[in-house]
Order: sequence, then structure tokens, then C-alpha cells
Amino acid sequence: MAETNVSGSILVIGGGISGLTTAVEAAEAGYKVILVEKEPFLGGRVARINKYYTKLCPPTCGLEINFKRIKKNPNIQCFTMAEVEAISGVEGDFEATIKINPRYVNENCTACGKCAEVCVTEIPNKLNYGIDKIKAAYIPHPLAFPMRYMIAPEIIGTDEAKKCLEACKYDAIDLDMKQETMTVKVGAVIVATGWDPYDATKIDNLGFGKCQNVITNVIMERLASPSGPTEGKIVRPSDGKEVKNIIFVQCAGSRDENHLPYCSSVCCLASLKQATYVREQYPDSKVTIFYIDVRAIGKFEGFYTKVAEDENVSLIKGKVAKVEEDPATGDVVVEVEDTMKGDKIKATADMVVLATGIVPQLPGINIALTCDEFGFIVSDSSKKGIYGAGCVKKPTGVAQSVQDATGAALKAIQSIVRR
Amino acid sequence: MDKKIVVYICTGCEIGESLDVDALAKVATSEYKVPLCKNHPMLCGKEGSSLINSDIENEGVNTVVIAACSPREKADVFTYDPTVISMERVNLREHVIWCHPANDEDTQMLAEDYMRMGIIKAQKMAPLEPYRSKDEFNKTILVVGGGITGMTSAIEAATAGYDVVLVEKAPELGGWMKKLWKQYPKSPPYLELQPTGIEEKIKEVMSLENIKVYTGAKIEKTAGSPGLFDVTISQNGNSETVKVGAIVEATGWQPYDATKLDSLGFGKYTNVVTGIMVEEMACKGKFARPSDGKEAKSYVFIQCAGSRDKDHLPYCSSYCCLTSLKQAKYIREKDADAKVYIIYKDIRTIAQHEIFYKKVQEDPGIFLTKGEITGISEDNEKNLVIDVDNTLLGENIQLKAEMVVLATGMVPAAGIKMKEILSQGTTEESCKEKKEEVELPPDTIIPSDTLNLAYRQGPEPPALRYGFPDSHYICFPYETRRTGIYTAGCVRQPMDSASCMDDATGAALKAIQCVELTDQGKALHPRAGDMSFPELYMSRCTQCKRCTEECPFGAYNEDEKGNPLPNPTRCRRCGICMGSCPERIISFKDYSVDIIGSMVKAVEVPDEDEEKPRVVAFLCENDAYPALDIVGQKHLTYNPYIRVIPLRCLGNINLVWLADALSKGIDGIILIGCKYGDDYQCHFIKGSELANTRMSKIKETLDRLSLESERIRILELSLDEYDKLPGIFDDFLEKIKEVGPNPYKGF
Repeated sequence: MAETNVSGSILVIGGGISGLTTAVEAAEAGYKVILVEKEPFLGGRVARINKYYTKLCPPTCGLEINFKRIKKNPNIQCFTMAEVEAISGVEGDFEATIKINPRYVNENCTACGKCAEVCVTEIPNKLNYGIDKIKAAYIPHPLAFPMRYMIAPEIIGTDEAKKCLEACKYDAIDLDMKQETMTVKVGAVIVATGWDPYDATKIDNLGFGKCQNVITNVIMERLASPSGPTEGKIVRPSDGKEVKNIIFVQCAGSRDENHLPYCSSVCCLASLKQATYVREQYPDSKVTIFYIDVRAIGKFEGFYTKVAEDENVSLIKGKVAKVEEDPATGDVVVEVEDTMKGDKIKATADMVVLATGIVPQLPGINIALTCDEFGFIVSDSSKKGIYGAGCVKKPTGVAQSVQDATGAALKAIQSIVRR
Repeated sequence: MDKKIVVYICTGCEIGESLDVDALAKVATSEYKVPLCKNHPMLCGKEGSSLINSDIENEGVNTVVIAACSPREKADVFTYDPTVISMERVNLREHVIWCHPANDEDTQMLAEDYMRMGIIKAQKMAPLEPYRSKDEFNKTILVVGGGITGMTSAIEAATAGYDVVLVEKAPELGGWMKKLWKQYPKSPPYLELQPTGIEEKIKEVMSLENIKVYTGAKIEKTAGSPGLFDVTISQNGNSETVKVGAIVEATGWQPYDATKLDSLGFGKYTNVVTGIMVEEMACKGKFARPSDGKEAKSYVFIQCAGSRDKDHLPYCSSYCCLTSLKQAKYIREKDADAKVYIIYKDIRTIAQHEIFYKKVQEDPGIFLTKGEITGISEDNEKNLVIDVDNTLLGENIQLKAEMVVLATGMVPAAGIKMKEILSQGTTEESCKEKKEEVELPPDTIIPSDTLNLAYRQGPEPPALRYGFPDSHYICFPYETRRTGIYTAGCVRQPMDSASCMDDATGAALKAIQCVELTDQGKALHPRAGDMSFPELYMSRCTQCKRCTEECPFGAYNEDEKGNPLPNPTRCRRCGICMGSCPERIISFKDYSVDIIGSMVKAVEVPDEDEEKPRVVAFLCENDAYPALDIVGQKHLTYNPYIRVIPLRCLGNINLVWLADALSKGIDGIILIGCKYGDDYQCHFIKGSELANTRMSKIKETLDRLSLESERIRILELSLDEYDKLPGIFDDFLEKIKEVGPNPYKGF
């Protein structure tokens, strides 16, 4: 068991935009940080977003700066494919056990790609939610940090893995790599484990999993992304047809007693943004958004106004009752109750996007956190030293997660100062 | 100190198999007289890196050129103390062998040019020295505004051990929160109204010894720069100057002026009140009608009174939906017979606030509907009659109420005078005719009498859209255009008190970072830790003022003769001033007009009859450069006649480089920066835009040289558009072919 003694440092669990931000901000204020991310690269959900609302700029631009900040800052120790297994102790004196899963590739990797050249087996590509496949020796993201290959556990023990090993000139592949555990001493812990999209298969009437051309908003981000399964071409899953007529179903699970009683905050703006993806790619396309309320809060209102001005974007206040597939064409038929006019609408589209919401994702370990009934971390002044940051506290967008994560860095620093 | 330079060539990742490494080494040793050039099959490995480290430690090597993979890779291995070692990386992998054919004459020429450029740069770089001022850097944090945001910033910074000065213009702390009766639910189960908790906050501020509070005070003047601010505070007719290191601006908001909402009856009908007035009534314990003092029995709340309205506030004020729901609850909890109608456009109770909305909906005395107010009038008992169209209850309805409450929106304290700015030079009529959203001209500084900066570029941070001095960035929401000054709370965006407190905590952290990094003589975001800073050779300055005008961060002041007075701790090290200076007097120790110019001149230009054109590509190092690395990673190919030079920001582009390149016979120049305009992506705000402005003026230079304007192209590219780069390069080379060789070749 490896042991690192860095008491007085901050442990950040989660390397998405919130955790990444807390880590860099605390490090730039002069504190030591241990950043733990379970995926093989940093960036989390944001690394899977095509563009941010409402600027429509790519997240990679800000990620590149953040990665550069990490590279330059010796205060940050970063562990990917790692999970925190246990935390004990009190503010100023925690001990955390970190499990590091084998990547089968060590720091010698130059990202030369020779292992991938000999690898033929393909595995579901997690970056794209498994829609497409990727070679079992791969870089998990074009802007991956760390920029290092990994070998999928699926081929470990096969001849193919051995071929990868032989192809590597730099002793970077270690097929005997085992799961490692280490303990660290830290003064404060930030939980920035983010969120999961609500499981759309649970929403019976909305057709996800039954109709091929009903997708969720997170998948839509990948379809529109240049690093996605279609290299940014928005086509429907069943037959690769261009999506000229698209329907967005808002509050798919959110604001619903049977699913998520709260509002997920980001879905209105996300759908408005995705409407622009489609409108930009296909000038002759039509977009319909069925909503309860359009929650373009604050200055985002201007973006809503702009999108709504497009005559090919219709916003209809209405609750979607049923989503079905036309088996002959693969088109999707949506039944909606128009709340304003009181009548029922039947609409057909090439593809339907469900605006699914945010479910908090906690680290799944026994630590002193106070949560509300939905699983979001609530600030509790009686519990010092462990703080949430970002979407584990409330459903929120990127800018606000970053604000919150910056504040969380200060909360952690205070815990260290109080020691 | 003498330069002792060594070039290291990595032959790994097939660099050795793809290039003539001996010839490459010869460029270093013969052409550039570098005494030593070493090869290694894996420079990033333990053996390779210790080779370099041992040369540094034992041989006194102080300048290192590493020709290997992209400088973005293996940074953990190739990092040296910049105060001792000058290091330059030559990108032979991503930019040469991964996207050009192996063992090819053109590929070899490309690699050799990059080698020349890397060596000349390293030769001209000097070790960095952190910036030191003759005065000691101060770490006190000034918080302007004593409302919930300002108090939170003060408490959070003080709790982390920093001295804080808190300045509030009102006679007491508390701001708007102090005027509220209760707040809507902020903690689980999100159902009951909660006390505001503001008194406890005030007590906490007063109890912390390291917070010095000035109430009834204002800031007369803020002079200096981060770590070295001199802030003059006036209070009770006295003024005092305090030294601070960083500033949090948390001056909050004002309610939108309801008198402008005469169409909703405010000012016309006595019993039309605002949400703020309802709080006052609630605090007094009686919802008395202004007309007769009688407690009202029926109420209509009109949401978005002024907000989401292009004639008033085009944005959503974020807090009004929840506030009206809360006030409906006040009324209903006091009087079980009272009836409350809420007419809204959309109910925006985001996140867990939805739970409270649901609870209010269950109250049989509260009716909520979407609708548009088409008319409001008064009957002879001073009751109000409200016509509402397009409701959920039918097309048109008429409501009668004893009191109407307008949910007025938020105007940022820093933007109060925005309308005055907008009306300058235009009549009210012409503004209306335009019927457009109220937009500020870019870079407007609204004199809000908040900080009164003694800055050459104006007294306050520049406003963005709608008059909020907000950050423009989603990923970096604390970035302002005045280094070390961080806005927090409603002054920068409409938000509720919980968000204000989160925001205030983050802003306090940024202020702490600022004082710490400044104290170490280092730059702040986005080049955090950079120890270079601009140095000016004043004897050549012509007082043209371009640097003082163009710096996006207002780093330069000016003396009465127009000489620039740099404030290095305001500087973000973007180098935009370096690009702006026609006299080339602004330099960093490791980055200058001369260094980049020398790299341009290091490109070997083949004779015309060889038919090998040369194009220099200046790329933004944050977006276009990494995009080109991805092109390499994906093994996409492009024209080998391109020579890439990364810039800190495209705004560094100095016209002299173009003149140098063209007069040397370079056939074309392509500049690729970030998107500019309303949704700019440039991380130095103005860099890419300024580069475009400068290029629009290049025609003069081209005319003087009798060259075609097609030889220079400027483009915007974001990082994820990497797939477009090969096409962009190939297309430009096609154009250059069309235009023909540069006639200056061989001169």
C-alpha cells in the first residue's frame, strides 16, 4: 500500500468542471491539492458538451486553459481512474483511501499511437455514451488530460493485449498493472462528483428505448460534437437520415412528482442551444419545443429571445402525453396537450430529444454529508471540513458551478487555516 | 550571464525514422553555432530527462532547446525554473512528422525551419525575474458594499486569515436583505418561509477583528494597482487613505424605477405598489392600502414588471417569481380570507425552488396564470381592474383587486446611469424608433461613482451587456477587465441571496489569489504564475498612446506628456501592448517583437524557381495551436510550406513582423485567432479583435511594398474546429499560388 503524506492539502473528489475548478483555484491561491477523477481523463460532463449556452463556444477552449494551469502548477497532484473509497477523521485531519484502477499504461506513454495501430478489438466508446465504438487501445478524448493511452480491461489477458505490449517501444504498457490503494492525509475534502442524466427509460410515456429516434439531450451534445460518433453531423440513429424536423420535450422527468420533483435548471437553455445546432446545420429545418415554462433566467433571457425570433423555431406551452414510433418510417409521433389553447396536438418529427434532468451523483462512500430528499448536498455549518461543489448541491449550469467551485476552494482553505 | 545553450533532439515516436536527424543537428551546430546538440531515442523518459537535468546541473547549461513533441505534451517532464533556464520546445512530432510524409524534402525543410526558429528564440530569451515593487505588497482585501454579498465576501476572506476593509455607503450594514420580512425557503424541505438571517451576518462581521467596517462611507478614489492600491475613503466629512491588495465590488442593485411603468398604473393609481413596498408592509405587520390604510383582501401580482421587456429591462431579474410567491404567502398566512392572483410570463423557480412553487400552487387562495396585461384601471373605490389576455383560463379575463403589486426587476448598481449614457447624442424618439434591445456600445464605462479608479481608461470597470460589469466567460466567471477587481452578487448578474453568497465566497477566493500571486511577482489568470512582465525602452517612445488605449485591462496610466506609465501588477501578460507599439519598445524577457521577428527571419526562403512558397502562420497558442496539435494527433495532412509561430494572443501581432516577412520573400501570412465580437472567445478580451483592426490597416504597408492584399489572411477558429485547419491552410496556399511568388525573394 503506497502512502502519501500531504496533510494540509485539499482532496477534491471529481475532475469535472467543478472539481477541476476547485483544484486549480485552490492551487493558485497557494494550497496543495489532490484531485481524484474516476474516468481516465478530466472534464467530466463538460468534456462531452459540444458548445456552452449561451455563447455557443466550445468547452475545450476553457478546458485547455485549465489543463495548462494544472501543468504549470506543482501544487496539484492529479489521479485519474481513481476513486475515493473511504474518508475518516475530522476537519484539518482527514485520512482518505484512494483506489486507483489499472490503466495498463504508465507515465512513459508518449501517446505515439503504436498500440492502437495493432489493436483491432473495439469497445463501446464511453465518451459518446456507448453509441459508437473505439479501439480497445485508445485515447479517451481528443483533448484528454492526461494525454495518455489506455488499454481497455476487455482485452487484458488476450493475445491482442500482448500485441499492444510488443508494439510499444517505451515500456509504457504494463499488462500486469493491478488496482492500487493509497491513503492520503488531507485537511479538507471537496465533493464535486457532479450529476447523472435522469434515466429516460423510466419515463414510460416518452418512448425512450422504444423508439429508435428518441434520444436524450446529452446524446444530442455528442451528435453535434466534432469529436462525437457522427463527427458533428446531426443524423438520426435509425437510418442516418438528416434531421430536418425535430421536437424537444422539456421537463422529461423534471418537475414531475413521479420522477424528479425539482427543476433541473439547465434543460430549457440546453434545448434552446441545441435548437441552434440543428438550425445552423440545416437551414431548412424546423424545431418545435414543448415546455411548461421557459426558464431562461437572468441574462440568458436575451438568448431565449434570439432563438424564439427564428420563425422556424416554435415554442409551445404544452405537456407531452405520449411519444410513439411510426414503424413504417421510423418517424416519431408526439401527442401533446396545448396548455394555452386547451386542445390536443399530434406532431411528427424525424427525431425527438428528451430534455432529461440532473440527478446528483454522490461518491457512494460513507462520509459526513447532509443531503436533501433528492440527494443534493446541503450546506451544514455543524459539519466542517467536507463541502460540496457544483451540481451535487443543486442542478445548475457551468458558470454557476464554476462560481460555486471557486467558493468551495475558499471553504477548504479555511479548514486548513483553522487547523 | 553567458548563454550556454544545448539542443536536444528526440528521435522517438518515429521522429528519427522520418527525418534526417543529422542534417537537423547540423542546422544547430553549423548554422547557429550551437556548441552541442544531443539526440536521444526517448527524451521524455527517465534517461532522457536526466540527460538534460545533468547538463543543467553539472555543465552549467542555462538555455535548452527541446526538439520533440508539442510543447503541450510532457510538461511535467520538461519544466525548468524560468528564473534560471530559458527553454524552448520545437514541435517536430504533431506539427511535422505526424501530418507530413516521412523522409520527404519538404518535411525535412519544415523541421529545419522549426529548428532555426526554436534556436533563435532560445538564444534571445533571458531568464525571468519576478516583478518586485519598491513598495511592499499589501494583502488586505477591500470589499465595497455591505449587503449580503459584501458581508459574505468580507467574512469568508477574514476567516481565511486576511485583513478586510468593508465600505458601505448606507449608515448601516445589511443592504436589501435587511429590508425583507422573510426569505423564501432555502433549505430542505423547501416549504416554509425562513428568517433572512441578516442580523446574524451583521453580528459576525462586527465580531471579526480583522474586518474594519466603514459605514456611511464612500470611495473617493482608487489609485494604484493590485497589491499596491491606495484607496481614499470618505466618511463623516473626513477622508482616509488605506492600502489594499485586491478589491471585491459588491455594490448590489436597485429596483427598477416603477414610475417608468405608468402603463401598469404605478404613480397613476394609489393602490398599485411594488414588491419592495410589500416587504415594508410585511415588516410593519399590515398590508395597508396606500389610499385608505385598509387591509386589502384581494391582490394581483404582475410579474416581469419592467423585466423581460425590450422597452425596460430586456433580461430576466431572476428573483421576482420566487419573491412574489413568498409575498403571496405573507398575505395568506396573515389573512386566510385574502385572495391572491399572480399573472406571469413563465414561472422561473429553478432547482429545488420548484418545491416551494408547488406548495404555493396548492394554496386555494392563490391563483396563478400565464397571461399578458392589456389594461389596468381604477374604480371609484380605488380598486383596480386588470385586463388579462391569453391566459390559461381562457382568452380574456378581467380581475378586480384592492391592491396590485408590481414585481419590479433588478438594475445593477454599477449600471444605474446606463440610460443616460445611451441617451447621450440620441433623442428619446430615435431610441424608440430603433425598437432594438437596449445595447451599450462596447467598452462603455458607466461613471457609477463606485470605485473612482485613477485609471487612464476610466473610473470604473467597463460594463458589458445591460450595464452589468460582469464577466463574459462561462468557464471563468470571475474574469473582469480590471485586474484584481472582482465583481460579486447582483452588481454583475441578477441573482438571489443564496447565489449571492456563493458568488461572494468565490470572489473572496479570487481576491486572495490576487494578493498572493502579486506578492510573488507573478501573473494572474489566465497566465497564472507567469513571471514575465512588459519592460519599456522609454527613450524611443513617441507618446502615440496606442499601448495605453489598447490594453484590455487598463494596465497603463499616462503622464501629462502622454508617456505610458506601466502598472505591472495590473498586467495580465497578454502582450497586446507589444503588438500595438509601432516603435517596438515593449518587450518581455522571454517574448518580444525582436524574438518573434527573428523567428520570422529564420525561415529559409527558397529561390523562386524552386517553386516552394513559404507562408508564416501566426496562431493563438490557446486555441488554434492546440487545434493544430489535434490535426497531428489525427494524422491529417496539410501543405508543408506553412511555418507556424504560436503567439500568446493574436493581439500580439506587430505590423513589423509582417513587413519583415514580406520583405524577406515570404509569400503569404495567415493569422488565426479566436472569435471576436459580442460572443468573443479571446481570453484577453480584445486581442483577436485588435489583430483584425490592425490587419485592416495593413494595406498601407502592402501598397508601399507593391504587394497584393491577398497575401495576408486573418481568420477566426475555435479549438474544436481542428478539422477545418488543413483545408484552411491548403486553400490559402492555393490562393498564394494564384497570386504568384513574392517578388522580394532573393533580395
